[in-house]
Amino acid sequence: MKKNNVELSNKPFEIKDCALAALATGKSAQNLKELRDLLLDIDANSIYYHFWGGQLKPRFDDPEYHNDFASWTRHALHDGTLAERLSAIDPTDFQNLEDLRTEIVEIIEERLDENDHIPWCEPDEKFHFVTSQIVVFNTKKTIEDPRMLVKTIPNMTRSSIFYHFIDARRRTPENIDDFRAWLKGFDGQYNFLCDMISTIDPFFATLTELRKHLYNIVKNYFEGE
Amino acid sequence: MTTILEQYADIVGWEVIDQLYQLAAPLKGIKVVHVNSTRKGGGVAEILNKLVPLQKDLGIDVTWEVIKGNKDFFKCTKSIHNSLQGSNIELPQSMMDTYEKTNEKNAEKLKKKLNDADIVFIHDPQPAPLIKYFPERKGKWIWRCHIDVSKPQRTVWKYIKNFVKDYDASIFSLPAFAQPLPHPEYLIPPSIDPLSEKNMDLSREEIEQTVQSFGIDIERPIMLQVSRFDRFKDPVGVIQAFKLTKKFVPSIQLVLAGGEATDDPESNSVIEEVRLAANSNPDIHILLLPPDAHRTINALQRGADIIIQKSTKEGFGLTVTEALWKGKPVIGGDVGGIRIQVVNHHTGFLVKTPEGAALRARYLLFHRERLNEMGKKAKIFVKENFLLTRHLREYLTVMVSLKYGVKERIELG
Repeated sequence: MKKNNVELSNKPFEIKDCALAALATGKSAQNLKELRDLLLDIDANSIYYHFWGGQLKPRFDDPEYHNDFASWTRHALHDGTLAERLSAIDPTDFQNLEDLRTEIVEIIEERLDENDHIPWCEPDEKFHFVTSQIVVFNTKKTIEDPRMLVKTIPNMTRSSIFYHFIDARRRTPENIDDFRAWLKGFDGQYNFLCDMISTIDPFFATLTELRKHLYNIVKNYFEGE
Repeated sequence: MTTILEQYADIVGWEVIDQLYQLAAPLKGIKVVHVNSTRKGGGVAEILNKLVPLQKDLGIDVTWEVIKGNKDFFKCTKSIHNSLQGSNIELPQSMMDTYEKTNEKNAEKLKKKLNDADIVFIHDPQPAPLIKYFPERKGKWIWRCHIDVSKPQRTVWKYIKNFVKDYDASIFSLPAFAQPLPHPEYLIPPSIDPLSEKNMDLSREEIEQTVQSFGIDIERPIMLQVSRFDRFKDPVGVIQAFKLTKKFVPSIQLVLAGGEATDDPESNSVIEEVRLAANSNPDIHILLLPPDAHRTINALQRGADIIIQKSTKEGFGLTVTEALWKGKPVIGGDVGGIRIQVVNHHTGFLVKTPEGAALRARYLLFHRERLNEMGKKAKIFVKENFLLTRHLREYLTVMVSLKYGVKERIELG
């Protein structure tokens, strides 16, 4: 599908990169009730980290669960039911991290009500709340023409993909990635491309794979099969 | 002439090196000093030997200072080190006096340098009290703890905490190691250096020669564990796993490679237990290697089919990282830092028992294609997460963070 000779009317896309510094909060939970209690007042940024920061942590494709809370309840507390419920949470459904916090706490409370005991884990499997700080820097590279995405995306670092594809979801008004947010500024010329990008599920791929998916989509769109 | 960064670019790619330059740009002109207690030997010196020149290459004014001490001082710091890692050791007052006085003397020598520095990294407990002697320091001081302090001997930790609490920040390797402190605690996992003798590429010829020099048959399957002879590394459990595997794979050989027996009475008794369990089996090779046998270890890891790290307690487990980097899946104990490196069914298997280790070893030896596939994934996994360049990036991030203030988001340029 070739799309050429389009009018360029949007402002340039600034390619940024980032580095994430992880910080210990000193708070940890050994059972489900402790997890709930700590979730009630943990720094909202820590919730963000345990949902999205994992993308920049060592991980593999096809993570079984989509956030650290779900993974911990399955692997340390051995509660598959709760893990599935927590894993189904899509953080982009929530306006802000406080709403997301409320949802997690409600799901955990529901599970606490269903159980007649509080699940515990081994002392060396505690859930350690971590928070993060993001350092964003400008690579001084910009793109004016969306067709340039074909050449640019393969050379973006994993953390740059994180910044524009993941972190963007809490910066952009519609909670979407920066690529779509930018392409939407071309008066609907790239709606189809935006729809295709929206099919990439950020939960099921590493950053390297996300980069590959993005590249394949823009390449097919601009250069055809 | 090729800079060190260019050599790393060949391995990790230029985009990773460019990113380091961008992150280092706001740090140009600042003075950074690293302080530890030895220039040679040990993991910290190994890391600093590379990190310091790399930071220089990035245009940072960085120096590395080493504190000096006598035998008594190092005896004392060894006791502190062990007790912070959980050993129940008492620290007599005389030892604490030696520890503090030695730091005071070193503080005198380093006065100007450390007072003028913008950022000071103090590595591990040996030089931790230095901060007490710098009331006029102008820069930010960071305590970098490389050891596992998840369950320290409380009295000793309380004593060390008295110094550490005055730092502007600390760095721990894993969340479980962080202790309550009144300042930001960064988390930076360790890394390996792909260009070091222990991890560099070797020719097939050299690998074969090294393996055969120990009487090991390179044509037959090799199971290897590289580690100190320490009960927490469960070498006897590895022998059990080997025996269970041998029933199904009769040609398999086991290599247990560790440090030479020292005057450490526990290490000697563990070696005796291992020999007893091996029962003179000609297919079990117990190798006591000198501490600088990095190239030999490298060749053994590359020559092995399966690498085991069946620890029952582990800090991070850099031997696991080294094995994964060589494209070998690892069968690792389900403990500590091994859990973040061995991703079940992807880079290896996590096990709890010798039986579990044997089961996974048989599976991998039977499904050679899976073994190779997991090995390839393992190498990529280390490349993306556990190489020195990632470690350097995180140090730069901490420095930027301290320069601009610890807040949720820092936007540069």
